Amino acid sequence: MSEYVIEMLNITKEFPGIKANDNITLQLKKGEVHALLGENGAGKSTLMSVLFGLYQPEAGTIKKDGKVVKINNPNDANALHIGMVHQHFKLVEIFTVLDNIILGAEPNKMGFLQKAEARKKVLELSEKYGLQVDPDAKIEDISVGMQQRVEILKMLYRDNEILIFDEPTAVLTPQEIDELMEIMRNFTKEGKSILFITHKLNEIMAVADRCTVLRKGKYMGTVEIKDTTKEELSRMMVGRDVKFEVDKGEQHLGDVVLDVQNVTVPSKLHSNNAVKDVSFQVRAGEIVCLAGIEGNGQTQFVYALTGLDKMSRGKITLCGHDITKAKIRDRSKLGMSHIPEDRHKHGLVLDFSLEQNMVLQRYWQPEFQKFGFIRNKEVRKYTDRLIEQYDIRSGQGAVTTARSMSGGNQQKAIVAREIDKNPELLVAVQPTRGLDVGAIEYIHKQLVAQRDAGKAVLLVSLELEEVMSVPDRILVMYEGEIVGEFDPKKTTVQELGLYMAGAKNMYRDVEKKGGAEA
Amino acid sequence: MIVLADVISSTIVFAVPLLLVAMGGMFSERSGIINIALEGIMIIGALMGCLMMRWLDPLVMNGQLGPQLAMLIATLFAGACGVVFSVLLAFASINLKADQTIGGTALNMLAPALAIVLTWVVQGQGQTTILIPTWSRITEANFGLTLEKGSFIQALLFKNFYLTTILTVVLFAAAVILMYKTKFGLRLRSCGEHPQAAASVGINVFKMRYAGVLISGFLGGIGGLAFTLAAGSGFQSSVAGYGFLALAVMIFGNWKPWSILGASLFFALFKVIGAYASSIPFMPKFKELEGVSSYLWPMLPYIITMILLVLTSKKSRAPKAEGIPYDKGMR
Repeated sequence: MSEYVIEMLNITKEFPGIKANDNITLQLKKGEVHALLGENGAGKSTLMSVLFGLYQPEAGTIKKDGKVVKINNPNDANALHIGMVHQHFKLVEIFTVLDNIILGAEPNKMGFLQKAEARKKVLELSEKYGLQVDPDAKIEDISVGMQQRVEILKMLYRDNEILIFDEPTAVLTPQEIDELMEIMRNFTKEGKSILFITHKLNEIMAVADRCTVLRKGKYMGTVEIKDTTKEELSRMMVGRDVKFEVDKGEQHLGDVVLDVQNVTVPSKLHSNNAVKDVSFQVRAGEIVCLAGIEGNGQTQFVYALTGLDKMSRGKITLCGHDITKAKIRDRSKLGMSHIPEDRHKHGLVLDFSLEQNMVLQRYWQPEFQKFGFIRNKEVRKYTDRLIEQYDIRSGQGAVTTARSMSGGNQQKAIVAREIDKNPELLVAVQPTRGLDVGAIEYIHKQLVAQRDAGKAVLLVSLELEEVMSVPDRILVMYEGEIVGEFDPKKTTVQELGLYMAGAKNMYRDVEKKGGAEA
Repeated sequence: MIVLADVISSTIVFAVPLLLVAMGGMFSERSGIINIALEGIMIIGALMGCLMMRWLDPLVMNGQLGPQLAMLIATLFAGACGVVFSVLLAFASINLKADQTIGGTALNMLAPALAIVLTWVVQGQGQTTILIPTWSRITEANFGLTLEKGSFIQALLFKNFYLTTILTVVLFAAAVILMYKTKFGLRLRSCGEHPQAAASVGINVFKMRYAGVLISGFLGGIGGLAFTLAAGSGFQSSVAGYGFLALAVMIFGNWKPWSILGASLFFALFKVIGAYASSIPFMPKFKELEGVSSYLWPMLPYIITMILLVLTSKKSRAPKAEGIPYDKGMR
């Protein structure tokens, strides 16, 4: 019997144009938590999809308990007791929790579903591992944390022994992350083996036994966690030293640039409001971060702020001008720049060239048009300058279609366009989402440069590391309300987590105390 | 009273094709394929069903074949031809990943043309109507009853009674059970909502979508024949937009069988009220609008359809993944 339950030997997987996996070896011991570390696009998900039977590798072998196996589809993986929690949950929203768990492995008599026995088994498993779920709730009505528990139960229901977790902590609060780590440890005690895909070093240090590192599709090595450090891992992952801190100059606070008063935004999906009575100010020379778990009203608030959607109540003032009902172009003219959350939907016209994208908001200015005709030479000159200045890399320079650029360079292009407008207020919504460490560093530098130049920056972020390192002030949003304000130097991730999960509310608690005293 | 009996029995006979075809659409769409070709499928089903009745006519006439057995053969043949025709849609939208709306529209244009050609080939040039034999209807004589012609019971039960009506009740029950009580139904529905999730637990999305489209072909084909039986004495290469009305019924019924049943009875009722308005004493007659008044009532079901769709469209919730060709790599 082999020491390893699963061995992936010399795996190569190509997609048109790129080698996503180039001769990669990964060996998983029984009963260990094995982390798979790499930046976005390093080939982690591809490798796991190969193991799960979603892709066929061009070269390499997979061994289970020392025997070569062929995995052609998820059914084969399942038969080998390999299960996976995907990064984007594979759950049918309108189905109940129970239906989702049994889907594909339905207990049945002559094709007729036998849900009673399935329910019994699910409840037993949920009891045994402390994975609380309501089997009759619909997926669309339950929290993201519970959805993840459903995904884990799906694997346990199928008696899987090898559990793959693909970026499982991205959507969780710090407290939920701790719980998940505990659950993982319980699994390994029972002899289950875990593959844990992530790019977060802290989590690897906390839970993993060994770690395999990938960089740009290549195998960088496997290390014992107890013999390594965070710095060494990050060097293996990125290929150079990475600074975890963001350098900021001394703060020079100026006038109020953005004043948000009692903004309420109705929800598109439910009858209640997505944003409830939100008020705050952003002053020149500071970065304010709107933190919170995804889906707590940040997106809707930004839509109202930038004019993409209407608010039902409240007032927004930018540099002294009431912009509550202003058009998007007027907001832009008054000095608002917006790095949108979804760069494909709101940031770029993907099938336009880079230069056309760079003047999307400015083509009508005299600089770029004459009698309604675009001055192409000026546009080209302007774009070339931005490409130079902001180090935007694209295949054919200014005429490259935006679609063909990498995510990092698309984002750089948007950042260049928005910053070069010389705005008074920069609204940056998850500006580093899906980018690699180098690009993240770059974008953070640009945000801080705006602050140091005396501009106001409103950053909306889900990444805790970013929330702790970049801003001067943190506002936590929960279910459409601001529930707390913090100084990043004086708070902890744990404290923020309690507010992000709705366990605490600075303003409500104060009210309660005040009531008691009176 | 006799008018009431007429209205009820006609409502049922017109609800039958709507229900069948809308259920067909439901199976296809809940598997993830928009089936706008229902109209075309109905035409093919009606054509082939009528031709089969025509071919069986001599056998029934000289007593070698029972009339209702002949009807059963014709009905199943209509369904089978609907299946064959729907394979075109399935192949285009599942294998070739073509735009499903355009594929369906092409089939809708193909079907009536094909029907006219085939009708002429079989009956001779210029003979555009395939007549439906009189034995197609189930009468009181089939049960050995003698009822006074024109009595309430006779009008209610036997004026418009066809084998397809019985079959529809059976098919509806089967569809509800298949959709909600079986492994197949659960898997089919998952493919229309989140095919990547279905594939990740080892479900063959291609197969399930084929199943969905082919079932819609079967039900659509039978529905086409049922419409022709209800509509009059013959088939003229058209089903008068009933395929599209069935689509509206399906949407109004929110892609759920019981709601679709309600919606089809509702629409059929308005269709019949439109047709009988002149003989119902208390209905307004629009005498002032001489010349056009005869067109006002028949417009009723279509106007109601539009108004209702506008009012309910906010609440209606289509299968999330319908219309999107399944792509393994997509997340």
